[in-house]
Amino acid sequence: MTQHTSVLNFAAAAGVAALLFAGPSPASAETIKIGVISTYSGPMATLGEEIDHGLSLYVKTHEKDLPPGVKVELVKRDDTGPVPDVAKRLAQELVTRDKVQFLIGVVWTPCGLAICPIANEAKVPFVSTNAAGVTMPRLTPYFARTSFTLWQVGLPMGKWAAQHGYKRAYVAVSDFAPGHEAGDAFTKGFTDGGGTIIGSVAFPLQNPDFVPFLQRVKDAKPDVLFLWVPAGPQATQAMKAYNDLGLKNAKVTVVSTQDLVPDEQLPLMGNTPLGLITSGTYSTAATRPANKAFLAAWNKEYGNTLVPDFMAVDSWDGMNMLFDVIKQTKGKFTADQAMAIIKHWKDPNSPRGPISIDPDTRDIVQNVYIRRVEGVNGKLANVEFETIANVKDPWKEMHPAQ
Amino acid sequence: MTAVAERVVASAAETFARRHRFRWYEALPWLVAVAGYFAFPDYLALGSQILATILFALSVDLVLGYGGIITLGQAAFFGAGAYTAGLLAAHGMGAPVIGLLIAAVAAALVGLISGVVVLRTHGLTQLMMTLMVAVMLHEAANKANTVTGGADGLQGMEVGPVFGLFHFDLYGNTAYFYCLAALFICWFVMRRIVHSPFGRSLTGIRENEARMHAIGSPVFRRRLVAYTISAAMAGVSGALVAQTTQFVATDALGFERSGNVLIMLLLGGIGRLYGAFIGVPLYMIAQDRFAAIDPVYWYFWIGLLLVLMVTFARGGVLGIVDRVGAVLRRRR
Repeated sequence: MTQHTSVLNFAAAAGVAALLFAGPSPASAETIKIGVISTYSGPMATLGEEIDHGLSLYVKTHEKDLPPGVKVELVKRDDTGPVPDVAKRLAQELVTRDKVQFLIGVVWTPCGLAICPIANEAKVPFVSTNAAGVTMPRLTPYFARTSFTLWQVGLPMGKWAAQHGYKRAYVAVSDFAPGHEAGDAFTKGFTDGGGTIIGSVAFPLQNPDFVPFLQRVKDAKPDVLFLWVPAGPQATQAMKAYNDLGLKNAKVTVVSTQDLVPDEQLPLMGNTPLGLITSGTYSTAATRPANKAFLAAWNKEYGNTLVPDFMAVDSWDGMNMLFDVIKQTKGKFTADQAMAIIKHWKDPNSPRGPISIDPDTRDIVQNVYIRRVEGVNGKLANVEFETIANVKDPWKEMHPAQ
Repeated sequence: MTAVAERVVASAAETFARRHRFRWYEALPWLVAVAGYFAFPDYLALGSQILATILFALSVDLVLGYGGIITLGQAAFFGAGAYTAGLLAAHGMGAPVIGLLIAAVAAALVGLISGVVVLRTHGLTQLMMTLMVAVMLHEAANKANTVTGGADGLQGMEVGPVFGLFHFDLYGNTAYFYCLAALFICWFVMRRIVHSPFGRSLTGIRENEARMHAIGSPVFRRRLVAYTISAAMAGVSGALVAQTTQFVATDALGFERSGNVLIMLLLGGIGRLYGAFIGVPLYMIAQDRFAAIDPVYWYFWIGLLLVLMVTFARGGVLGIVDRVGAVLRRRR
């Protein structure tokens, strides 16, 4: 009995000692807080979900590669949609209250534009994994982008259309900066290649009804229509209007950037988009080994509930970049050191092919693929058939910084 | 007989005189606001937005709670003020207090002009008219890309220091006291208004318009004045948000803003001057906390809160206070 008790006592004492010794090590561990600002609620929540899943999946699958004692914590905040004053306040709170060392995410360019001054004042590196507004890197040296700019994908689409026998184009875009940038980029590529623009129209950003706008397009009888809406539910609505108005039978070819046929929306579009040609940076149908590995990890984590699209991959790559900063500095870095690494960051093996950050503009350099919507194994997919390698943002080459 | 009448008049006069005497509890919101500054130094950004929104809710209380004008378009004045302050700051006139005053005047003008049309209608029509004014301004701001920046928001606002002394800092210290001061002044003015004969006649119009006509009260003019003052207050609130966040976008004129402020006011209690001081912090803090804990489904919890409030607490939080007070008095 006594012996028994002493054994127990010893075990308890050993346990306490073990706890005491084990105690300090997690406490002294470095936790890097990363602020995520994205749209988690409202009609556009799917976009935020893509970004969230891409970021979280990378953290989950690569946590083990972090230097010993270093942890990463994502602090997630909901900007509720394109509401810049909320986004700005959230960014302010994340840097002052939660003391985050990075800001990442952001669906909407207006929100991104509002966050840039905070990143600048607080000296916190801010990585956009979607918001594509072309001027953002000029607002602060602490900004970098792993998504794309609309000029980057729109211009090659215009060139391609002009080279493939289309002469008269109509441009229909959403009425906000990315929409106009996409339209301008297409127009530049198309007219440089010898085509003419016969008209253009802009849809309102919130709750648009596409039918009257597309009817106008149909009446103008172009042979190609550049149709651009923000990726997400609007893409499906726009395709539905395209179908209802019989634009396909009217021999109007639709071209766009990947935003019109995001992989995540394709299953909802029926057979309407078959044959549609878009330019883009990522497709789930790509056969690169890195993409297969990414898709396997995604399916294991999320199953078939959500198909990853370019936003998920852009976010995955963005987190990869931050992880590289943390790994190279063993978790101890200033904002300027982080930006120095980010500026020269590259990954030859992203799911979307080789990517790198342009040190001069802090925008991404990547392949742009021309893709066609085809049926693959009974499902629609964006099949890449032409590659334009290592495209820089053309807008910044056309408008050098003063 | 005359003695009785005299006594009635005297007691009525006494009641009115007592009405605008300051009570001890009227100092509470201001004590809480100052205490909040020291207790939660990390929450000042949210704090200043709450203060500005309280002012916005106060402006709604004036027209809806006192004037009986049902409005779903208060964001029109908020946005007018926000864009006025924003455009001034974006074009080199960044002095905040002057911006605030000009924004108030601009919003009051919008209120006056739209009020002439809106206030000729009643009930549901009036509701639709207020909504229409906000929607039209929203669309105008969206279309006037070159002036307002459209859906991308107004770029390049540079707000100067308050009185040339206090810079708006990242932590929101200046913004907090700036909003608090503006709210205090507007609250003081509004308190004077609702306890004045003018304010009483507004309540009279709300309760029985035909009767007020009958006793010769200029109903339309009274309402128009209230509507204009309320618009000016909403404009100040919009300008505060614009200046402290240094950003304006079309959502300043959005329907959601008009709708949300109504919900906040209902939560606190309508037509009571202090409903805004309870409902707005309650809603905005709950929203902030729910959204931080659960960024995906926080709307559900807000919804649940509203359902519970509407089911069990008609008249808002202040309604509960009243009922509890009544029970206690009966016990005594």
